[in-house]
Amino acid sequence: MLRRLTKLSLLRQFLISISLVVLVAAACYLLSPWIDYKVVAFILLLTVSLIAIVFDIIPVLTAATLSALIWNFFFIYPKYTFYIGTAEDGFLFLMYFVIAFISGVLTNRIRRAEKQIREKEEKERTVKLYNTLLNSLSHELKTPIAAITGAADNLLSASSHLSEENKKELIENISAASLRLNQQVENLLSMSRLESGFIRPKLDWTDITEMIYAVLRRLEQYLKERRVDVQLENNLPLYRIDQGLMEQVLYNLVYNAAIYTPAHADIIITAKNHSDKIYELETETASHSRMKKENCRLLLSVEDRGPGFPEEEISKVFDKFYRLQHTKTGGTGLGLSIVKGFVEAHHGSVVLENVPHGARFTIEIPAETSYINNLKNE
Amino acid sequence: MNNAAILVIDDEAPIRRLLEITLESNGYTAESAATAKDGLRMAAAHPPELIILDLGLPDDDGHHVLQQLREWFTKPVIILSVQSSEENIVKALDNGANDYLVKPFRTGELLARIRSALRSAYTEDSNPVVDAGELQIDLAARTVKKNNEIIKLTATEYKLISLMALHEGKVLTHQYLLREVWGPGYINQTQYLRVFIAQLRKKIEKDANRPDYIITESGVGYRFIARE
Repeated sequence: MLRRLTKLSLLRQFLISISLVVLVAAACYLLSPWIDYKVVAFILLLTVSLIAIVFDIIPVLTAATLSALIWNFFFIYPKYTFYIGTAEDGFLFLMYFVIAFISGVLTNRIRRAEKQIREKEEKERTVKLYNTLLNSLSHELKTPIAAITGAADNLLSASSHLSEENKKELIENISAASLRLNQQVENLLSMSRLESGFIRPKLDWTDITEMIYAVLRRLEQYLKERRVDVQLENNLPLYRIDQGLMEQVLYNLVYNAAIYTPAHADIIITAKNHSDKIYELETETASHSRMKKENCRLLLSVEDRGPGFPEEEISKVFDKFYRLQHTKTGGTGLGLSIVKGFVEAHHGSVVLENVPHGARFTIEIPAETSYINNLKNE
Repeated sequence: MNNAAILVIDDEAPIRRLLEITLESNGYTAESAATAKDGLRMAAAHPPELIILDLGLPDDDGHHVLQQLREWFTKPVIILSVQSSEENIVKALDNGANDYLVKPFRTGELLARIRSALRSAYTEDSNPVVDAGELQIDLAARTVKKNNEIIKLTATEYKLISLMALHEGKVLTHQYLLREVWGPGYINQTQYLRVFIAQLRKKIEKDANRPDYIITESGVGYRFIARE
């Protein structure tokens, strides 16, 4: 509330502080049969100090001057003149003026100092985050580079002493490290696309079954010994989504499941349609081609039979550069934040939960759907 | 078709060298150019059997180089680029590229694409039967056989499979397939394509979910592969 008030435009600050002084003065004026004009001075001073807590220096000084003049004109005897009758009142008026100014200036100065401290803290937090990020990044990028240069040096200098088997192993190291490096660069590029805010999904009709199997094909080398169970709802419609982005989402989730769970733990992928108007849909599909625009959502889930996530970290896993405590090295902490970003670009949501014997990511994407029937005879 | 002359146009010396070594050790004759200007000049002086073109050249935009080449060069052009966006791939294919490979690439994959591009360049409109192992597509008799038995296809399904088989190994974009099979008014109706590809796969593939013949190029199009 206070924070919001301090951000008002200068004109509004003027209007508010002037009307506040006038209102308080009017109230005092109505109460003047019962309260002494010196008490009014304290009430007005308090008003000016309160204004000084939230507003800039110029509106505050204006309020201070205005309140002094009002006090002089309406309250100091003789009333309704700027003339001050006694030396004592003249002295009081002068002191009122000085105190109002000092309190205005001082409060303002305190505020500004606080603001500086806040900004400094914020800057320190940013720097700290940036350093963590840089450490994690340089580690993740330099490790594979070290593997590549090391293996290449070895092959170049000592090739005469290396057995064919060793040579082959070094070459395989180079190949694996390059793949890893490429993966990290892809993630960084996706992240910078997200950060720049220029991700606009290119919506096109997508066959979800085809998309899922295309991802599994790309991940073949990571899934060799694993059972991947794909459970698809019968007669799943086509969805208008960005296939490239959603493939990346699915790729990251299945890749994570493959890398971070034991080698023989199963992975289960499901796809379902969720529609609020199922009855209407069923009667409509009899016609040649029918698109359903509203209230259709694609539900995708990726479930693994791994150890699950520590409950206290579940809320953080989608944060940029966040990596689970006690996890093995070899990731940038970007995969899941990319998942979240790409899903949100589709106005969808992603939820992680632990399930008995594993963990499950559930994605929900609102999208246009299309059922095409009776095309078989064309 | 080995011994074919291949021209590499790429500004990165290590990539040029890598390609030269790879190509020559596989029996091709390789030449290379580092700029668009040199590339176009060399292509005109000794027309190669195939060109490998990088899109990021220092002196000209690769898409423009491709357009210039396509004014007279009818043999295959394979694009090799770090640009992986679907827009770029579709644009290059529309401009007449036969194939598109994103860097970093596996050399095995590149060699397979080269073989496939050269093969289709030599066989186009000479042999009416596309032989893909268990699958035979007879473009003259207009029949598709799987394990020597004729598969019943609808007219649209046949149009689609024969078009892809005719360009075996080449990526055909969604828009191209829709225009050729359904007509120019349908180029945005990708839902038709999705449905018919799914139907075709059910009829010709062993496992429609893990297709051997009709390969998906995400966001770009489809490629028909005759298993070797």
